[in-house]
Amino acid sequence: MTSLELRNISKGFKSGKVLEDISLSVKAGEIVVVFGPSGTGKTVLLRMIAGVHYPDTGSIAIDGEDVTDASPEARGVGMAFQNFALFPHFSTFENIASPLEARETPPAKLKEQVGAIARMLKIDHVLGHAPRELSNGQKQRTALARALVAQPKVLLLDDPLRNVDAKLRYEMRLELPRLLRTFNAAVIYVTQDYKEAMALGDHIAVLRNGRIEQWAAPGDVYREPISVDVARLFGDPTINLLPCKLEINGTGSVTLLGRRAPVSGAYAYAAGRDLIAGLRPEHVVVTETAAPDAIPFDLDAVMPVNVRSVLYLRGPKGEELLATVGETEAAKFGRGHRKVWVRFAPSDLLLFDAASGQRIAPQVH
Amino acid sequence: MNQISTLERIIRGVLIALVLVFFLFPIFWILLMSFQNNDQILRIPPSLFFEPTLQNYLALLTGRLETTAGNLDIAFMRNLGNSLLLSTCSVLLSLALGVPAAYAFARYKFRLGENIAFTLLSFRFAPPLLVLLPLSLFFKHLHLTDTYIGLIWVYQLICLPLILWIVRGYFEDISPDIEHAYRISGHGWWKTFRKIAIPLARPGIAAAGLLAFIFAWNNFIFALILASASKQPVTVGALAFVTASGIQYGQIAAAIVLSVTPTLLLALYAQRYLVEGLSLGAVKG
Repeated sequence: MTSLELRNISKGFKSGKVLEDISLSVKAGEIVVVFGPSGTGKTVLLRMIAGVHYPDTGSIAIDGEDVTDASPEARGVGMAFQNFALFPHFSTFENIASPLEARETPPAKLKEQVGAIARMLKIDHVLGHAPRELSNGQKQRTALARALVAQPKVLLLDDPLRNVDAKLRYEMRLELPRLLRTFNAAVIYVTQDYKEAMALGDHIAVLRNGRIEQWAAPGDVYREPISVDVARLFGDPTINLLPCKLEINGTGSVTLLGRRAPVSGAYAYAAGRDLIAGLRPEHVVVTETAAPDAIPFDLDAVMPVNVRSVLYLRGPKGEELLATVGETEAAKFGRGHRKVWVRFAPSDLLLFDAASGQRIAPQVH
Repeated sequence: MNQISTLERIIRGVLIALVLVFFLFPIFWILLMSFQNNDQILRIPPSLFFEPTLQNYLALLTGRLETTAGNLDIAFMRNLGNSLLLSTCSVLLSLALGVPAAYAFARYKFRLGENIAFTLLSFRFAPPLLVLLPLSLFFKHLHLTDTYIGLIWVYQLICLPLILWIVRGYFEDISPDIEHAYRISGHGWWKTFRKIAIPLARPGIAAAGLLAFIFAWNNFIFALILASASKQPVTVGALAFVTASGIQYGQIAAAIVLSVTPTLLLALYAQRYLVEGLSLGAVKG
């Protein structure tokens, strides 16, 4: 059952077009993450669903009912704002209760429902406090409770973890999917953190320049990004991008970093074009000793990041390359500045058209 | 270090005392004058020690001014009542008109919006005499001369721009997201205006109302031209103390004390709102 359906939404402001031809549908109980760099219109999209902005063209339907022109109070959606937007002159209890109060819930039931959601989000001990007395985490939970309390069919979350500390963000990433599933709402979750997108989404819509550039399951966006830009947005450290050319002499091969790397014949249709090869840092194998197919590199620096370390490498012609290795392995390299050898499996390469940035997918005839 | 801060404290104290004396001494002197008769006031050198008299206040309250040249009826209490009525009604009307208008100017961009807002503000630039001549002609035509309604209408020139511009700033400081959140919760725009916008802008509305009240209270020229004795406020009524037999300094002082009291009390009461500052930290950053 589709709970939320956007059809061909476009929106422009005086400064120019913000969103173009956005179509999206979310089923009940499904979490769709709208991911994109800042300024791509993610928040505008949410606000149009909430009824704060109206689309120039296109339609919005909630539960099969067209709400394109409905006012915000008539839509029955729940929304948590990035800046929390709590009512400063209301207590935490009154903040959470406001959607129930608008639905004229009897006082006893209202109290019970607010209590239940507050317990679920572990803020039942601060219900009497004013918003200014809450920590950021508690404010964020209050905003979430307010969005959830009336059990809306559509739940809009505008980067709700942006303004909370790292520990809480991590906890909430684990906790949110479970919590959201119990409410069986159609959830749209906006973020610009790819890890959050991958952790929470059933589907990810990558929004760039006002369009949905890719719509896929989280793993697929990472493994098979549709373009160089999407590949660059997904992944930390960012993907290595190297210019190359595809040649076909019997079997296919690309010349990369001065070496020939064989690639599948399924790429044959892109022969002769200028390409960009993408190589994820975790697919770069770095060794201390030479091997026949290894390319000599200078190791410039080693940066430990939690369990993995990032290696900064410089190739024979000054090509820059990032690689990640495990912590114990990284220890062998010390703090860097030495000669190392680099290998990669050609099958790990992602190929993109240099001009359009679009992915060159292997074509099986 | 400690010595410097002690010295600093002394200098600061002296400077503050100087400023306070400069501003408060005239008020203190007026208060003293209001308990003296004309002879005591005019003696040279002036003295802080005298036998206080309530004659001035009595004269004001009973409305009979006894001078060496004879008795004179004055309508001071009536003037005071007029001032109270005119200022209160003007401010209430201005709030009723100005607060929704301020909200509209703060939240919605509409054609000629800025021009209208600026035109309203420009009423404060124009010297009152500029509009008085045409106004008095209009008022005669409309039979508004010497009516409370006419004066309250003209007082909007003073109160409305003030309230509009001060309150607009406060509305602009409220994050629109707070109002959006309330709308999305399921409340209509009118309820959102009453329950969210007005309470959050309350310090601004209180400050603007108070200022408008004081400006209206202190106005002199509109009432002088457009109203007769029975409708005139204290500012115009005080002219009655300049009599044929001399200037009644004692009564003038008592009249000033009485006419300052309402605005002073109002300021003391509203001070609470003025400092409250409702930036309650509900919105981050």
